[in-house]
Amino acid sequence: MASEEGQQHPISVYFWIWGLLFVLSFFSYMVDYLNLQGALRWTLILVFMFLKAGFIVAIFMHMKWERLALKIAIIGPPVAILVLIWLMAVEGSYIEETRVDYYGESTFEPEALPHH
Amino acid sequence: MEPGGTSGVIHDFSRDKQAFGVPWGKAMMWIFLLSDTFIFSCFLVGYMSVRLATTDPWPIPSEVFALSFGGDPIPLILIAIMTFILITSSGTMAMAVNMGYRKDRKKTFWLMLITALLGASFVGMQAFEWTKLIVDEGVRPWSNPMGAAQFGSSFFMITGFHGMHVSAGVIYLLVVANRVRNGFYEKRGGNYEIVEITGLYWHFVDLVWVFIFAFFYLW
Repeated sequence: MASEEGQQHPISVYFWIWGLLFVLSFFSYMVDYLNLQGALRWTLILVFMFLKAGFIVAIFMHMKWERLALKIAIIGPPVAILVLIWLMAVEGSYIEETRVDYYGESTFEPEALPHH
Repeated sequence: MEPGGTSGVIHDFSRDKQAFGVPWGKAMMWIFLLSDTFIFSCFLVGYMSVRLATTDPWPIPSEVFALSFGGDPIPLILIAIMTFILITSSGTMAMAVNMGYRKDRKKTFWLMLITALLGASFVGMQAFEWTKLIVDEGVRPWSNPMGAAQFGSSFFMITGFHGMHVSAGVIYLLVVANRVRNGFYEKRGGNYEIVEITGLYWHFVDLVWVFIFAFFYLW
């Protein structure tokens, strides 16, 4: 049983992942800094997000080295959230449509941002 | 030798005793984090649906969270710094866990203390960000001058709840770090599993920030 000795791994593994997380964060910041738009923006944001999340859970939280039973018990249930996302996306878009149909387009006039 | 893979799952769940092969404290922390995952997911999904449903323009986070150091405002710079601080703290936490298992009390203590300080500086920057948003830019949970009113409510709810988690994590880290230092765990058989459990919580806080950063600030 792995837990008897605890989770002991070479320190170099953590340094690698640490560096990788820095690079990935830098890339995701660059997506905004370079003002990428459209499908490319959403794709890059999601790719960098899932990579970062994956490395944190797998390496820093040691999930990679846990038994499959624990992996399934913890990572399995959040998959249900995808259904909630889908339902709420459909619902949200529908509400927006009905608002436009009944109240018309927004007449909101944004004020210029005060800059500091 | 216990079976691995899929037959290992069946073995673990059906053996009528401790299923996961980890100490109970760690299993409980994981289950707590699972429930927390659902809470944050509900917030983010709620944010998604109000953002989809509003007909008003959504304020552009890149501009709202820009900060100027004398020259032109740099987009999202404070948020980027906060992200790097949190990742750095995750790194020092991972080191602390490693040192804990090597029973190097001194290094574990200092690394946990650095982690806590980085966490506290994150909360400090968040307080600065909130102040700037409320005082200078007039963002309220019910309205803001830049666009959809739902921007403020989502922002304060999501980042506020995350900030609370970071603050709680800082306290948790300080308590455990102090106990590592004063030999509390030595008297209990020198088991430093607790450092890893604290680490799980801390990495989770970083994990949530990854999603908030992507969905709220970058989207």
